[in-house]
Amino acid sequence: MKNCYLGIDVGSVSTNIVLMGEDKKILVKAYTRTQGKPIEAIQRGFKEIQTKLKEKVIVKGVGSTGSGRHLASMIVGADIVKNEITAHGIAALSFVDGVRTILEIGGQDSKIILLRDGVISDFAMNTVCAAGTGSFLDRQAARLGIEIEDFGDEALKSANAVRIAGRCAVFAESDMIHKQQLGHNQEDIIKGLCDALVRNFLNNLGKGKEILGPVVFQGGVAANIGIKKSFEEALGFEVYVPPHHEVMGAIGCCLLAQEHHIKGNKTKFEGFELANSGYQVKGIECEDCANLCEVIEIFKDDNLMARWGDKCGKWSDLVKENNENEKLA
Amino acid sequence: MKVTFPHMGNQYVATKILLEELGVDIVVPAECNQEALNIGTQHSPESICLPLKVNIGNYMKGFKEGADTIVLTGSCGPCRFGYYSILQKEILKDMGYDDIKVILLDPPQGDYKNFIDSVTELAQTKNPYKILRALKKAIQILYEVDALEEATHYKRPRQKQKGLVDRYYDQFHKDVRKVYGYKETSRVIEKARQDILNIEEEPNREILKIGIIGEIYTVIEPFVNLNIEKKLGDMGIEVHRSLKISHWLTEHLFLSPLNLTMEGKTRKAAEPYIKTMIGGHARETVGHGVRYAQEGFDGIIQIYPFTCMPEIVAQSILPKVETDYNTPYLCLIVDEMTGEAGFNTRIEAFTDLLQRRKELRHNEKLLSGN
Ligand code: SF4
Repeated sequence: MKNCYLGIDVGSVSTNIVLMGEDKKILVKAYTRTQGKPIEAIQRGFKEIQTKLKEKVIVKGVGSTGSGRHLASMIVGADIVKNEITAHGIAALSFVDGVRTILEIGGQDSKIILLRDGVISDFAMNTVCAAGTGSFLDRQAARLGIEIEDFGDEALKSANAVRIAGRCAVFAESDMIHKQQLGHNQEDIIKGLCDALVRNFLNNLGKGKEILGPVVFQGGVAANIGIKKSFEEALGFEVYVPPHHEVMGAIGCCLLAQEHHIKGNKTKFEGFELANSGYQVKGIECEDCANLCEVIEIFKDDNLMARWGDKCGKWSDLVKENNENEKLA
Repeated sequence: MKVTFPHMGNQYVATKILLEELGVDIVVPAECNQEALNIGTQHSPESICLPLKVNIGNYMKGFKEGADTIVLTGSCGPCRFGYYSILQKEILKDMGYDDIKVILLDPPQGDYKNFIDSVTELAQTKNPYKILRALKKAIQILYEVDALEEATHYKRPRQKQKGLVDRYYDQFHKDVRKVYGYKETSRVIEKARQDILNIEEEPNREILKIGIIGEIYTVIEPFVNLNIEKKLGDMGIEVHRSLKISHWLTEHLFLSPLNLTMEGKTRKAAEPYIKTMIGGHARETVGHGVRYAQEGFDGIIQIYPFTCMPEIVAQSILPKVETDYNTPYLCLIVDEMTGEAGFNTRIEAFTDLLQRRKELRHNEKLLSGN
């Protein structure tokens, strides 16, 4: 039996699950698309973890993060629920000693986190402009007819980058088409797109911020060596990509869960078997006041597990009371 | 004549008293909510700031309950708020409400005559004594509700049983709509305040303090700032709100026309960063930020509606204040597209940051033995 910690990052695009040993080594990781159904994604991820796992483990702590962190925590019984920014910061700190800047680019959003003396001192998060995210690159790769995996290598081949407008996804796209029509090389265009994305990121999120090294680059897009290179050129120093860069949020949760366990707390983990339970989600509209809240109810095998979405707490409190009574009885 | 008016936080309690004490028949529109915002968004220009959209939604609610007249306050300073009344009249016309009467209570920029005329029209009395008495009572109520809110800010992070403050506070909002006139209202407010102050506290909690600055409407109206005060309070943070309607009113109604001002200190604090009035409340926003930083608050949060020019200027200045005083600063911009998940993430991360900083400082102190 090996002691380990579970970290779950439920984002709007992807759900990542990581199992970390006591020595902070990653045992298994699972990546699955959320596709608007976070519960199913978690279950799918759990199954994947179980099949990949070679040894017997015992989970000593669980943490969740991402926009679906509260939902995830209720379903799996998480001990720690943390926002993405803190979780990412903690993960980066454990990989690179003394990290002072984190650049994070995911599929739908991006963020910059500044750390000083091992503490997050500032952050910015972008969720509106698509020109600074992975989905923008995906779309352009498709338009250019190349695989996103090859994107970075292509960019490295370029000797003469094309300048592409990066202020906004709409302009970038039409500008790229224009440059294509002018007859520029594919690799120069690709390099230009990498530069444009980096410029967009630094102008949007990095504006007015002091970016100091060591710099860690993480998130799904960090796999793209073209972008890494563009960052290094723009910043003028080396950018470090950690080995499990795409699941750093989940890793941060593992670390937090470990801390929680070391402090002597028991886990509330419901077990991997929940991958086989049936969950139903129902919505009711509360008409008791003008807020007309849409209350979400989650049932596990027909038992009410959790409720939320009410502004007044009337409905969510009710479940808590019931659960407490059950425990007493 | 049946009068309705737009919401802005707790201002409705005082407006209600003013009109009731004048003997005017009124409809208090339902509190700001998603439906009001949807209506407003549908009928307003897309790029106008959020307050206007919510206002339009409020009127519709009022009309539904039989109102045929609206009162609103008018221009203060060279920003879009000055056009609100004109724009709103046009929007209402487009929506087919031609016959709605609009009474504008323009703060008297030096001349009280216009103001008195509007009030006279509203009150349908020329008796200045009656008008002044009603006005005085309304202002008194404003101070009382602001005191009630302050009690919630103080108590929320300290309450032993979570949710109690809000239970009393929500009850207050229900009760206050049922009573009539100054006396009763004042009693309801005081009762709620006492109930809240009497809530049992958890003595050993570490409380952080955050000052809230920004555009007045978004700072004051809980629906549009996604209940930020409650959220922070529940996370164990004592909130201090730089803007209070009672102060704003005293300032604009009585002090500034006479060339007096309570805002002197705030303007002075802002002076190293911004010297002149640039419209809206940019100067005050910066000034309040500086004052919070000087007073040793753990953090500062600015809130403003998307596209609000004066606040954009303030936003570009505040990072300087942040470094000068070593006080973390967070900016939140709201409009009808604001997603609650991202909003919460930012607030949570910000409070995490403040907490870790505080812990670190504690440890350092322990190590150095001071
Ligand atoms: S201060 Fe901002 S919100 Fe208010 S009217 Fe001006 S632009 Fe609009």
